[in-house]
Amino acid sequence: MDNPLTPRSNDKGLAAAAKANAPIENQEAGSFFKQLLGFWVTFVTQFKKPNTVQYPEGKVPTEERFHGRHQLNRYDDGLEKCIGCELCAWACPADAILVEGANNTEEERFSPGERYGKVYQINYLRCIFCGLCIEACPTRALTMTNEYELADSSRSKLIFEKEDLLAPLRAGMLQPPHPMQDGKTHTDYYLGNIKGGSNA
Amino acid sequence: MTPEQLTEVEMITVVIDGFEVTVPKGTLVIRAAEKLGIQIPRFCDHPLLSPAGACRQCLVDIEINGRAFPKPQASCTIPVENNMIVKTQLTSPVADKAQKGIMELLLINHPLDCPVCDKGGECPLQNQAMSNGRPESRYEGVKRTFDKPISISSQVLLDRERCVLCARCTRFSDEIAGDPFITLNERGALQQVGIYESDPFESYYSGNTVQICPVGALTGASYRFRARPFDLVSVDSACEHCASGCAMRTDIRRGKTLRRLAGEDASVNEEWNCDKGRWAFKYLSSRERVATPMIRGADGELHEASWPEAIAAAAAGLKGKRAGVLVGGRATLEDAYGYSKFARVALGTNDIDFRSRPHSAEETSFLASVAVNATTTYKDIDKADQVVLLGFEPEDESPIVFLRIFKQVKKRGLVVTSDAPFASRGSTKLKAKLITSISDVTGLTEKSVVIVGERLSETAGALSAAVELVNKSGAKLAWIPRRAGERGALEAGAIANLLPGGRPISETSARVDIQTAWSVPALPITPGRTTNEILEALNLVSDDVSALDAVVIGGLDPADISSQALSQLLNSFVVSLEISHSSVTAIADVVLPVAAVVEKSGTFLDWEGRSRAFDKGITDALTRSDVRILSMIADELGAPIELPTVSATRREIAAVGKWDGAKAEFTKITLTSKSPTGDKLNLSSWRQLLDLGSLQLGEANLAGTSRKAAAHISSSRAEKLGVTYGQEVRISSELGSIKLPVVISQMSDDTIWVPRNSQGSQVIASLGFVSGQVTVVKA
Repeated sequence: MDNPLTPRSNDKGLAAAAKANAPIENQEAGSFFKQLLGFWVTFVTQFKKPNTVQYPEGKVPTEERFHGRHQLNRYDDGLEKCIGCELCAWACPADAILVEGANNTEEERFSPGERYGKVYQINYLRCIFCGLCIEACPTRALTMTNEYELADSSRSKLIFEKEDLLAPLRAGMLQPPHPMQDGKTHTDYYLGNIKGGSNA
Repeated sequence: MTPEQLTEVEMITVVIDGFEVTVPKGTLVIRAAEKLGIQIPRFCDHPLLSPAGACRQCLVDIEINGRAFPKPQASCTIPVENNMIVKTQLTSPVADKAQKGIMELLLINHPLDCPVCDKGGECPLQNQAMSNGRPESRYEGVKRTFDKPISISSQVLLDRERCVLCARCTRFSDEIAGDPFITLNERGALQQVGIYESDPFESYYSGNTVQICPVGALTGASYRFRARPFDLVSVDSACEHCASGCAMRTDIRRGKTLRRLAGEDASVNEEWNCDKGRWAFKYLSSRERVATPMIRGADGELHEASWPEAIAAAAAGLKGKRAGVLVGGRATLEDAYGYSKFARVALGTNDIDFRSRPHSAEETSFLASVAVNATTTYKDIDKADQVVLLGFEPEDESPIVFLRIFKQVKKRGLVVTSDAPFASRGSTKLKAKLITSISDVTGLTEKSVVIVGERLSETAGALSAAVELVNKSGAKLAWIPRRAGERGALEAGAIANLLPGGRPISETSARVDIQTAWSVPALPITPGRTTNEILEALNLVSDDVSALDAVVIGGLDPADISSQALSQLLNSFVVSLEISHSSVTAIADVVLPVAAVVEKSGTFLDWEGRSRAFDKGITDALTRSDVRILSMIADELGAPIELPTVSATRREIAAVGKWDGAKAEFTKITLTSKSPTGDKLNLSSWRQLLDLGSLQLGEANLAGTSRKAAAHISSSRAEKLGVTYGQEVRISSELGSIKLPVVISQMSDDTIWVPRNSQGSQVIASLGFVSGQVTVVKA
């Protein structure tokens, strides 16, 4: 019976290794042209367009779905999408994310609904860019950008805080805290019925 | 269940999923299945509550004597019977389908807001929906919604749309706590948990409803959105708030306590605790912690110092001086043992007392001859034919003792007699017979339990009368102090007339025991003094023979003892071992920071003397336990006590053991009842469970449910004073006065009751005494 755990006989491999390690005995002295043929690839490549990128002066765009730095998104009026549920932290296999939730109040609202992420940290020394956090996010608050230039000179600089991760304010967006749009409820926000900027 | 009970009870054998199991008659099918390790999903079922059959999640197929029930039955309401064959979801496709159907129905109106729900991650509904639910819902309609959340008290929030109407909370409030403030309102799809409009959910036990809620319908305001279960490190701990001795679970996130839950201990707190134990843990962050040792300089200000400097300064101030030790009521057994040994070995004195409250010499004698090494337990309350409460208000002063008594009152009509001056809420729930004098207690037998509270010492002769009552009838006596550390401090000998293990200091063989254990040539034999006497001695001019020059003070608030206690400390050298800055550290000469309960290991002895050991919760805390610091000072004084760690102290306490000889004779005094002179009234008071206690600081949600301070007087007295319900009276002594609204109760005309330490009613600070005569006028 085939037991997948029993190693198969490795005779072939051993033979190949022995052959590779054997001293080269029969060098054909007269095969100059054969050796010249070996440079053919080198010769032809001289006339091709080089693949080398002059990084950092020159950059090539990544694939669209490249897993880069994270971003915490906002609704059109600037309210944060993050509800501080910690599902990203839960999903993270590298334990790179720390979230602490807190209560929204009528006076101080950061996100629609009751809860927002008060503390949000991603530790890029730990992050393995697997994207499980993004799949876990119930509000699409957390997505990944294509930004990959994350090297820095100290450990603490690689722990990104909420303000480092939040998406920039676009036109019409207002920096939270501010109330929800007039007459809208958190359900409208979750269902994507929010268009236009804040009227706060 | 004990073996002898098993033989009394008829046993029944049933077959569940093909396995036979034998259980006592009356066991519910769901429990019998548990015994086999078969888990039937459930929401409303709780082993300590009466069966309700409300959620229908536990449906199983049942067949008795070959006849099957036509439909699946709720296994949480049906007791086992002979020849019963049960098929759970594991073996019966019908039961499985029924359970899945119920789950689907429950989820129709349950919102899918798990990401914002505090229960997410530890939710029985989430878990059982995964294990026993359909993967997909077929419901396409609109879910029923309610406004959310509504606060049913300042600390409990209700999300009605999450509720699965299991009635666990309402049954708990009604059956266990006796506070039926919440109920199921409306019927059908609109059925919801609600409060009576006029009565908010102000139960001392409301936190338990949050803990037993199987969904996220009831959540605690203080823990709201703070963490997820996987963030938390849970440690088993013991409660530091009273002498009930609840097992607790403390949940810590990144070095901070985020919540505390009731632990399980069937012989003590079952699965319950009180709101103070559950929510009062922010006292650490409410006042500024003492961060480093401090020494008072020549400029009169405290200056930060290194440990060696501070220890040296403390030792220099104590060396060769006549010093006393005030332990405070919250020390662990190990810390109290440290203070006890420190006083005897390093300071050579018996002037040590753990009581930081009104007390008497009669009580000192009572503690050494009756209370120490006493063996009355919760079990004795369970079996008692009568419980007598003297100077003890269980609901306010030891809430789990209250639950135990209430359980027996509810179950079998246990007779309760209380000397409370009026029918308090607790006495009303216990249907207590109120007596005005200890001599009115009747019908005591050997099975009765007489519970003596710490307040009984405030009436001269009352403790003697209680002891006589017990001696005459053979009833059991229990001394239940209010604070968690008192029983442990008593056993550790942190009192003038006792050495560790309850050894009377007057007994030569007891002294020899301890001398040998401690390897010291001699122990001081001059009789020690009580807290009040120590404070008075500190205030004497130093050439007086009985004067004291210095004092070592543990966690203690002078305002708990008397109004002048703090000023009595001003002229002496004070070493303060404190957690946070307080009135004592403000006047102390050397301040040494110590660890709070969550930062150290230790042991509390509950009122039974049962050991409640706990481990360090915050493992990387740098603070040290009192005993370690005392050991360092003793080393510096050249009289080492050799207790470098808590575990070394534990070993030494175990090695010293308990005194097996006779206890000292109790010096009785006669009870004299004082009737008030003129138009004055007798003042009576106790501390309410939720009040201005320093361990409750910083928790506004908890304070929101404390009972409002009010003065209780009789109706004829109210008439005489010309006040009606809610109008204010001024209660005054020579020192000062307090103003409170009145509540009219059935009570003696000569008595007025006020809360001792509540908002607007701080008796010791305002009136200067706790038992005495006061003038009451309409304000």
